[in-house]
Amino acid sequence: MSKIQNKEQGGGGITVSSHSKALLKKYGIVGVLILMVVVMVIVKPNSFPTPNNIFNILIQSSIFGIMALGMTLVIVSKGIDISVGSVLAFAGVVAASLGQAATASGKFYPSLGEMPVIVPILAALLIGAFLGAINGSLIAYTGIPAFIATLGMLTIGRGLALLYTSGKPISTLTPDFTFFGGKIGVVPVPVIVYFICIVITWILLNNTSFGKSVYAIGANIKAAEVSGINVKRNLTMIYAYCGMLAGVAAIVFAGRTGSVHPGAATGYELTAIAATTIGGTSHAGGIGTIWGAVVGALILGVLRNSLTLLSVNPYWQQIIEGLIIVVAVVIDMRKNAKKK
Amino acid sequence: MSEQKYLLEMKNIVKTFPGVQALRGVDLRVAPGEIHALMGENGAGKSTLMKCLIGIHPPTSGEIFFDGNKIEIANTQQAIQAGIAMIHQELNPVESRPVMENLWLGREPKNKFGLVDHKKMYEMSKEVLAQIDLNVDPRTEMRELSVAKIQMIEIAKAISYDAKLIIMDEPTSALTNKEVDQLFIIMRKLKAAGKSLIYISHKLDEVYEITDRITVFRDGQYIGDEDTDKLTVDKLIHMMVGRNVDEMFPKVPCCIGDVRLEVKNLTAGNTFKDVSFSVRKGEILGIAGLVGAGRTEVIEAIFGIRHITSGEILIEGQKVTINNSRDAIKNGMALLTEDRRTDGIFPMLSILDNMTTSNIGKYRNKAGLLKGKEMVADGKKFVEALAIKTPGLYQQMQNLSGGNMQKVLVARWLLTEPDILFLDEPTRGIDVGAKSEIHKIITNLAGQGKSIIMVSSELPEVMGMSDRIMVMHEGKLTGILENTKDLTQTEIMKYATGTVKEKTA
Repeated sequence: MSKIQNKEQGGGGITVSSHSKALLKKYGIVGVLILMVVVMVIVKPNSFPTPNNIFNILIQSSIFGIMALGMTLVIVSKGIDISVGSVLAFAGVVAASLGQAATASGKFYPSLGEMPVIVPILAALLIGAFLGAINGSLIAYTGIPAFIATLGMLTIGRGLALLYTSGKPISTLTPDFTFFGGKIGVVPVPVIVYFICIVITWILLNNTSFGKSVYAIGANIKAAEVSGINVKRNLTMIYAYCGMLAGVAAIVFAGRTGSVHPGAATGYELTAIAATTIGGTSHAGGIGTIWGAVVGALILGVLRNSLTLLSVNPYWQQIIEGLIIVVAVVIDMRKNAKKK
Repeated sequence: MSEQKYLLEMKNIVKTFPGVQALRGVDLRVAPGEIHALMGENGAGKSTLMKCLIGIHPPTSGEIFFDGNKIEIANTQQAIQAGIAMIHQELNPVESRPVMENLWLGREPKNKFGLVDHKKMYEMSKEVLAQIDLNVDPRTEMRELSVAKIQMIEIAKAISYDAKLIIMDEPTSALTNKEVDQLFIIMRKLKAAGKSLIYISHKLDEVYEITDRITVFRDGQYIGDEDTDKLTVDKLIHMMVGRNVDEMFPKVPCCIGDVRLEVKNLTAGNTFKDVSFSVRKGEILGIAGLVGAGRTEVIEAIFGIRHITSGEILIEGQKVTINNSRDAIKNGMALLTEDRRTDGIFPMLSILDNMTTSNIGKYRNKAGLLKGKEMVADGKKFVEALAIKTPGLYQQMQNLSGGNMQKVLVARWLLTEPDILFLDEPTRGIDVGAKSEIHKIITNLAGQGKSIIMVSSELPEVMGMSDRIMVMHEGKLTGILENTKDLTQTEIMKYATGTVKEKTA
């Protein structure tokens, strides 16, 4: 008996020391963000910590930040979705075509009156969810790799956007629509939308059985199937949700720019994946958090903003961003490898 | 004894990982030409010590003497150069490449232009394979070989390095009895050639058959070593678990009720054919047979994760359709899979998440959110009820020992309140202490009136636990035997090897 007690005491010791380490690992990425902010406050006290600049960072982060939320679910399930930029573009042009003001010249649907803003919103969400569901069911039911399935959708989505618009941008949206790029008081609406998406996705991933199965599928897909999880249906839902958030991002994008062209958001999928990855979501599946995706998006936002304020050559900006992504994954791999 | 010269002497080896003391000053002495068993429960430190020896985890302190010299090994290359080779439990061959390329991987013979000399490689491979009487063409692709053959290739590799000491970590866990016999022949041959072997296994009968000396560890401590023929089984178990395991297979007599599950003429293509049996309430039906007999396939098919071509499944006399695991769970079934790591656990998720997966729907409130408090309460309840050793519910699953992992999986299924439990090799790779605890859990479940179908390759386990034993051979049911006192292992093996063809119901 005393033997067992000894063992348990030993076990207690393990938890304490590994707990503080785990904390450091878990929140280390926040430290990086804080460090960046502190450095910028010191270096650029007049231009960086102004409300205007802070909101600017948040607005800029919100579009790929929203996509990074959906991407987190996808990557936790051990998948990838490289189609979200194209999905955003197609959802965006359709939404814009349904949300043009009566005054628009060369209206897309000349005979269509001004639609209530809910119409383009629903259209964007449905298109996003539908294209995502196609991704998900392809992966789930044919077993093709997520990269291939969404590579197909990356090309198809862009093609659809070009086909739909004949390659021309769609502009002059209703004020109700551009509201999504505006402000309530001092707070930008994109930031509010982003915040709502964060809360909903956080609850979805942490407090629903769907969220639990996302982790289970990523951690061990075979075990998930044996345990009674409907893997195929859940995979479809994961990609549908990711696509739907691309639809949400499309609304914010259209609202902000007041115009959507079919080439919009090219490469955004990579920024979303980068944000998710920097936030500690593991491409080996089963590991990842929503707050990590948020912090990752903010790190990228602050980085881009800072480099601009510091007048760093934009070409260098890209190189630095790339380095940070790779370093983040190296750190992530190392911390997961150590556990074995 | 003390004058005996040892090939390997490890003295006072300490190994600490951050926060954990895995080895607390252990000793190991292996004589030349000796087969030496390393025994102890999972987590006792056997594997850690071997990893210290071959340089995967160099020891924190302590001394290692090998072949008369003090050595310090920092990586596996150095271990191989020193003459120490390890055959790991999980083999990772390059499956798509031929045997010979696997044998000489990283040290391919070269011609004068510095290119790989395939002809020479072929000749060298033939030579090495001949030394262990392995009749395999060196050009065969690795994936075409059985686990046993792949293991033999690994042994050939060790010989090709001219290893003086070969460490084998649970080499028989995936082998049939016949293959085990062949392995033992090779081991004896190596021994006769003056090589020393360290043999890690949980199977007592094998240890007694093949080894000369046994060293026992417990909780990272050296307990003792003794000549195998002087150490009784009781003494050995006592050394390993620190207490007497009075009954290896505690069987609680319970009243057996009506038939609950009935399977009629179940067939799945060529995998298995025409399997019919029934299980009663409170009954344990053991399924014996050799590896590849189709036992796992049958229970997977009933559980809906394997396609059946014909046949019927009846529960309480009602015909049921089971197309997937969800249907099976709805019908009160549970399946503890054969291979915990590949299709049981979620390694990086918490114990609580691992426990609640199959029953997750029951925790949903009206809003569709999960009732966290209830989940935690159930988790705590089962950690206590099954005596799962863990610092907490949020510990990652991969940090647990095999036995505790298995208990978490048992808890996962008990949470679904099943009536019929399929247990596939429930104690494989689990140490003696946890094993008897799992056995106790199983008999208690039967005592509560649940129907248990247990596949096991360990005949003593099947015979110790089951009420009836169903035997399979090459996809066919060869017999269902009453487990009376007269039933012998030999009798079961007759059915398992297909010597007896007719059914006795």
